[in-house]
Amino acid sequence: MATVELTFSALPAHVRTARLVATAIARRTGVAEALLDEVRLAVGEACSRAVEAHRVHCPGEPIRIELRDDSGRFEVTVTDLAPNDDLKPALNGFRPPEAMFGIVPELPGLGIAVITGLADDVEVSPGPTGVRIRMSWPAATANGVPAH
Amino acid sequence: MDLKLDHRTEDRLTIVEVEGEIDVYTAPRLRELLIDLVNKGNFHLLVNMEKVDFLDSTGLGVLVGGLKRVRAHDGSLELVCTQERILKIFRITGLTKVFGIYASVDEAKEAHGRDK
Repeated sequence: MATVELTFSALPAHVRTARLVATAIARRTGVAEALLDEVRLAVGEACSRAVEAHRVHCPGEPIRIELRDDSGRFEVTVTDLAPNDDLKPALNGFRPPEAMFGIVPELPGLGIAVITGLADDVEVSPGPTGVRIRMSWPAATANGVPAH
Repeated sequence: MDLKLDHRTEDRLTIVEVEGEIDVYTAPRLRELLIDLVNKGNFHLLVNMEKVDFLDSTGLGVLVGGLKRVRAHDGSLELVCTQERILKIFRITGLTKVFGIYASVDEAKEAHGRDK
């Protein structure tokens, strides 16, 4: 069972690094090539949301991402330390496109909507000290052995 | 890959060429360009996304923001995109109903009758 943990400061430039690391480990874990774009986008969305929240509320605090293979699934957990007001629209059901025009450009909740549309297993856990987003995808093999 | 932006005007249609990744880091540059174009009186925009490698919800927000701005001037903002991985995010968010999405610049121009 391999786990990679990464912490990064709340800078938009680091989100791309997190995407690249997550995609590389997903590939090594055996996630199908067809799913790697979904992993890349979902991890990017989770990290972007965390970066935006940290920049508003706690820019000096790091964001944490954990990547692991767990019983044949590739699991990613992104944890932040910021309040979670932006989650209300997503958790209460995403708004139809017409309703977006009043809240441009931030579109709160859109990132979560994208994640739930991409990963077949998503858990968004708002807590008093921040938000934890856990998502997972099937890996090709169990026990973290990459498929060859 | 970073974001490369270029634009040209053909007749009354301003074509914005986008290449690279549109994410939380690079999207502000696209937002600034769209705002600048609208401020200079370009109200009919066609964003060519055929060379976009990555698009996230931040980029979607910028495009929706641009659409809102041009609509305030009875303008339009439409897209050229055939990449499935990019189109997927538009479908997930329901934005395929908001944007006109064409397979090529020529097709978009033809739809507008601007290539005559």
